[in-house]
Amino acid sequence: MGDSSQARQAIETVIRLESARLIAGLARYAGGDLDLAEELAQDSVVAALEQWPRSGVPINPGAWLMTVAKRRAVDQFRRNRELERKYAEIGRVLEADEAADDGTAGFDRAISEEIEDDLLRLIFTACHPLLPVQARVALTLRLLGGLTTAEIARAYLVPEPTIAQRIVRAKKTLSSAHVPFETPDRVQRPARLASVLEVIYLVYNEGYSATAGDDWTRPGLCHEALRLGRLLAQLAPDEPEAHGLAALMEIQSSRLAARAGPKGEPILLLDQDRSRWDQLLIGRGQAALARAVDLGGERGPYVLQASIAACHARAYRAEQTDWARITELYGVLAEVMPSPIVELNRAVAVGMAFGPGAGLALVDQLAAEPSLRGYHLLPSVRGDLLMKLGRAAEAEAEFRRASDLTSNARERELTERRAQEAGGSAES
Amino acid sequence: MRFLGYTLGDPNTEFPPADPAMYEKMGAFVAEATQAGVLLATGGVRPPAEATKVKYADGEFTVLDGPFSEAKELIGGWALMEVRDKAEVIEWTKRFLTIAGGGETTLREVEGG
Repeated sequence: MGDSSQARQAIETVIRLESARLIAGLARYAGGDLDLAEELAQDSVVAALEQWPRSGVPINPGAWLMTVAKRRAVDQFRRNRELERKYAEIGRVLEADEAADDGTAGFDRAISEEIEDDLLRLIFTACHPLLPVQARVALTLRLLGGLTTAEIARAYLVPEPTIAQRIVRAKKTLSSAHVPFETPDRVQRPARLASVLEVIYLVYNEGYSATAGDDWTRPGLCHEALRLGRLLAQLAPDEPEAHGLAALMEIQSSRLAARAGPKGEPILLLDQDRSRWDQLLIGRGQAALARAVDLGGERGPYVLQASIAACHARAYRAEQTDWARITELYGVLAEVMPSPIVELNRAVAVGMAFGPGAGLALVDQLAAEPSLRGYHLLPSVRGDLLMKLGRAAEAEAEFRRASDLTSNARERELTERRAQEAGGSAES
Repeated sequence: MRFLGYTLGDPNTEFPPADPAMYEKMGAFVAEATQAGVLLATGGVRPPAEATKVKYADGEFTVLDGPFSEAKELIGGWALMEVRDKAEVIEWTKRFLTIAGGGETTLREVEGG
């Protein structure tokens, strides 16, 4: 890599790292107008790309970018006072601000509380329940993760204009609904936080079990979600579910390396080489889980899922898994978050704790569940239980059905293989 | 991607006197890097003069206490960082060195991390 391209990459990296804080700070001045905040941020980025290659990256790049963006806002406001209503709000605020502050106060310390509050406001705004969930995901990755639309599109295997359009529409929806740039009040907070957690976990899950494409996992998305989860837990330290989600993702991530074989083929939980589980992440996950429990969050859905993940993490060998405890935790989870998918997972745990017959009885109760009709894991779990009961021919049919239902190439190979194995043992 | 970063220096040079302002800035930096989900683990180590080496060769163990006469030694501390790419770990390291006031950090990518 040449010096100039290395310098350019360094500058782009600085900008990416500063992006969320810059947009969050500007969004507050712009009264929550995310479009304007992004536009002003972009102006200062252009200025940085022009000036930094010559002048070097300033010692406090965040303050530099913020100052330039604010100056642009005031300039635009003065120039267009009559013409452009868009800058009216931010211009007035900043003009009043200018006398007292040189624009860098918020960045003087490495972490200022004001910036933290702005980041939290930005997370809540980007994940507003008013937006369709895909739009929340795109907006969050763009504004908080600092990813470009091209990077998001690549991660989700969709055309770039699709992502760009989702982001534009989302910003329009927020501004026409006059969504304030605030953290929600006590009444709204649980629902709004749930929306934020949902977005982060969706990003994580898309990375952990890619729903489409040739790869079984896309670790880049897991990493983005984990970063967001860690950030959220720090910004909202009193929320047990924020720690619960962080714990869940840390523990699940500890298995990323063990989840795929040398050719990228999936390896299921009970077949994994547990010595490859990342003990550092397990430790971080357990610490986050302990914080959540200390805060009184035992019955939160993410805390419960993290507790289940921690049960697996504690077993050095698959046979040591405390399935009775896991069954119990799924039982509580089914109470606080009733869902056929939770029931399916509970059936797996029951099958392990009390025998495949007990598990199959629960699975069969779910057979008529409309929301599971196209869900590949239902026949896959059923096939597994039938196999253990020695009903190989029925198991084969279930694995074939699972294979037809999944759109992930790696997962299809896995279920095909299991169907063949079942078929082989049915004949013999 | 994960990187282990550690700072090498001349073991015979005295440590600069403790500067409370620097420690405060470093504390804020560590908090920021942790909050950003980048800093997974970090720690300081005692001076290299207090180091011990355990060697095993030809079926024999040798335990040697420092000081040793290496030109460069691990001084200060280490950090395990999780980042999107190498450019990002370099930027975090620049920020660290700016606060430390100087030094040379070695970055090693952790295999499979």
